[in-house]
Amino acid sequence: MDVLAAKALGAGIAVIALAGVGIGIGNIFAALVTSVARNPSARDQVFGLGILGFALTEAVALFALLIAFLILFT
Amino acid sequence: MAAEAHTIDALGQFTLTPVMGQMGASMNFSQSNLLMLIASVLILSLLYFGMRPKAIVPGRLQALAETLYEFVYSMCSDQIGHEGRKFFPFIFTLFTFILLGNLLGLLPFSFTYTSHIMVTFALAAFVIILTTVVALRIHGLHFFTYFFPAGAPKVLAPLIIPVEIISYLSRPVSLSIRLFANMVAGHVMFEVFASFVIMLSAAGALGVVGAVGPLALNVVLVGFELLVAALQAYVFAILTCIYLHDAVHLH
Repeated sequence: MDVLAAKALGAGIAVIALAGVGIGIGNIFAALVTSVARNPSARDQVFGLGILGFALTEAVALFALLIAFLILFT
Repeated sequence: MAAEAHTIDALGQFTLTPVMGQMGASMNFSQSNLLMLIASVLILSLLYFGMRPKAIVPGRLQALAETLYEFVYSMCSDQIGHEGRKFFPFIFTLFTFILLGNLLGLLPFSFTYTSHIMVTFALAAFVIILTTVVALRIHGLHFFTYFFPAGAPKVLAPLIIPVEIISYLSRPVSLSIRLFANMVAGHVMFEVFASFVIMLSAAGALGVVGAVGPLALNVVLVGFELLVAALQAYVFAILTCIYLHDAVHLH
């Protein structure tokens, strides 16, 4: 197989991990919306936690993206 | 350049080049170091000139300095507890340094020093060594019970202890890669969409019309990256707080 084609395929396969991250971020914000709807006065405390969880989950996405970049550009 | 070769040189923007002519070259003074200096000077001058009026009703600069101070202070005391005030100067320095680094990197022709793994790993290694030293100083050898939670069944010890040790040791890795990968990914995305604009506009009149799409997307991305810049500085600082909380209270 052509090396460039293999690189493009590899980068594509590497970002399959983003499916899990999408589910995770969706879960986090679903839980955030539910908890704020149940107890609006807890919004300030819960919001910070939600953003923290979002950032931690997003980091996983970036690990996959980084691998894709490494395959593509190096 | 990118258009003719039909490849996108996305990582070229992170190469270090010496600045300030002959003197900079002899000292290996790169644009990364220059931006670090600028960030430090900006933070110090914000605090100095912002707080100089000492007004009861703060002006703009003083309000900014006070908000920043109180934000980090409340983060510190909320997360670590009463002992957190001791670590406030450290967290404040860390937070403002990373925040300014991320934000200055979004200016055209500047450089993001947090986009280098060496910089972020140095920060994360410093954090992790500090937390370990703090924990050892406060708890002595009792610190090692951290790796085996009280109340866990003794049978599971061979399983729990290695897992806890690995998770402790992977903290600096995840802390540094998170910041570094966020910054790199953001800037690579700018580069990729910007080179789409160049490639499309080189393709003729129809391409110029089509180039509006990636250009608009890049504008939106700048806004998103502003959010990410603040968020990652916040996450780095709050994770440092959480690690310090673990060190002070042991679970």
